[in-house]
Amino acid sequence: MMRFLEPDLNPPRYKVALVSSVALILAALASSLVIWGFGVNPLEAIGAILKGTFGDWAGFAEIIRRAIPLLLIGAGLSLAFRAKFFNIGAEGQLLMGAACAGGVALFSPLSGAVGIIAMFAAGFVGGALWCWIPAFLRQRLNVSEILSTLMLNYVATFLLLWLIGGPWKGKTVFGYNRSDPFPDWAILPLIPGTYIHWITLLLGLILSVILQIVLLRSRFGYELQVVGGNPRAAQYAGISSSKVIFGVALISGGLAGLAGVGEVAGIHNRLLDPSQISLGYGFTAIIVAWLARGNPLTVILSSLLMGFVFASGDVLKLNLGMPTKVVDVISGLTLFFLIGSEPFMLLKRRKKV
Amino acid sequence: MNELLSAILPTVPPILLATLGEIYAERSGVANLGVEGMMALGALAGFALAHSSGNAWLGIFAALLVGGLAGMLHAFVAVTLRANQFVSGLALSLFGVGTAGMLGKRFEGATLEQALPESAFLVIAVVLAGLLWFHLYKTRGGLILRSSGENPAAVDVLGIDVYRVRYGAVIFGGMLAGLAGAYLSLASQPSWTENITGGLGWIAVALTIFAVWNPIGALLGSLFFGVLYYLAFRLQGNPNIPSEFLRMAPYLLVIIALAFGSRSRGRGTAPEALGLGYARGER
Repeated sequence: MMRFLEPDLNPPRYKVALVSSVALILAALASSLVIWGFGVNPLEAIGAILKGTFGDWAGFAEIIRRAIPLLLIGAGLSLAFRAKFFNIGAEGQLLMGAACAGGVALFSPLSGAVGIIAMFAAGFVGGALWCWIPAFLRQRLNVSEILSTLMLNYVATFLLLWLIGGPWKGKTVFGYNRSDPFPDWAILPLIPGTYIHWITLLLGLILSVILQIVLLRSRFGYELQVVGGNPRAAQYAGISSSKVIFGVALISGGLAGLAGVGEVAGIHNRLLDPSQISLGYGFTAIIVAWLARGNPLTVILSSLLMGFVFASGDVLKLNLGMPTKVVDVISGLTLFFLIGSEPFMLLKRRKKV
Repeated sequence: MNELLSAILPTVPPILLATLGEIYAERSGVANLGVEGMMALGALAGFALAHSSGNAWLGIFAALLVGGLAGMLHAFVAVTLRANQFVSGLALSLFGVGTAGMLGKRFEGATLEQALPESAFLVIAVVLAGLLWFHLYKTRGGLILRSSGENPAAVDVLGIDVYRVRYGAVIFGGMLAGLAGAYLSLASQPSWTENITGGLGWIAVALTIFAVWNPIGALLGSLFFGVLYYLAFRLQGNPNIPSEFLRMAPYLLVIIALAFGSRSRGRGTAPEALGLGYARGER
């Protein structure tokens, strides 16, 4: 095969888009197979999805609502992946951000805009510190961040479960393990008729623009690209890889924390079971960052695409009684086909000599 | 003492089987983070066939087959297409847990006519640990397997197909993960519930490193985790220690073990070519 093909290290944009589109279509076909295996006619499912998401404004707003956490996390992860820091613990960082914001909302004397700013700040710090641990373990003790971030997801889950069932358990919730509702000031305003907490959305849009500028126009961004592309060259050039790794860890963890703030203060208005706070946004955001090929600005588009997958899951659940797990199936298959399509992107026909 | 043993031993087979499988895959040079997904698929396939045929032993074959197929999918993406192994494994976990959860809905609440004995799995797992240790360190096949994880080009030079070795190891690993799942759904539970694997697959991935990619180390490690789960279970209801802390202990411990392990042993013990795709004829 290699006689006719040669590596294409800088594939043109149209080729990337074409191969990715084919991969996405194949993923949709494979997902249809599983849906069919569950006992639902895939055509019926697709019809319901299109009607439930693009059919009216309320449906479309659901896509945006699901895209908000994916946008924030994905923008951070796209930088982390570029630096070859494989943070797959965004799920735990999101939960720690949510917990810290919850602490501010439930127990601080603040209120008004100051309170909301404090909530987001606390969420950022919570997520960033949770991601600092694996960065430290990697740089000082040579521990693979893939495993440590993964394990910290579980630790964060149980920490939050302990909080809502123990010290922070609400006084008015009786049998449930959840906190009291947040005070009014800590509830983010929604666009009327939707669940779009626009402050978080705006934050996500602004941050992805800023991160794109940081990546392409700043010294840190340049160092990040060198460290990710060729660690040895970075060393010769006197670039501190530690600085870059800690930087991307704090940024990606912090943004995941912000996503957690949006979910609890914008949607649930209290702390509750981790599986209800995040529907696996931390994992899906990996696909979002992958699709965007390390460009925070492109994450705006890819987060909408995966937001569409989540919204589709909701439609299938409500209209056809399918379990929420259908989202995991579609996400997993999408990821498979995307990474599997990579070699086709990076090869081109050998020119006749 | 007897009581302690009988409490610890039931948690050993699934962790040990899945870890042994992952050790084989990683020894050949392919990391597979899809253990959790392969386990879930195996658990469902096993239960589905056992339930519909009425013969629980048949379920074992289904679990081995489906686990192996899931492994083959990972091998295709990671070995043939040379995609990022870690991301591919993650996709397999998402897909496996999701698909098993979805297709398993109709089996929720169903029961088996006869459950398989837990002790049979335990014996198989422990004997397998010994056999695999022997194979890995004392036979030519084991040497080839280890070499394709350390220096695939050297294996290639001997005229042995690295791809075939890696495919074999990853499929074998998938089969063992499937068997670990079948233990849960056919012997220890025995029923199908969503999230039946409950993170055991991730423990297996971590234990592989903890055990320094050695089957005997895996045996000791799974006993150790058995003790931990036993403690978490026994201390439940003790008002001084919240059960959540005990349930997070295994995961914390993995991190601590990794931190100390890497310090004392250095990185030299991991297969050199772990996580790297191999392309024939490329320098």
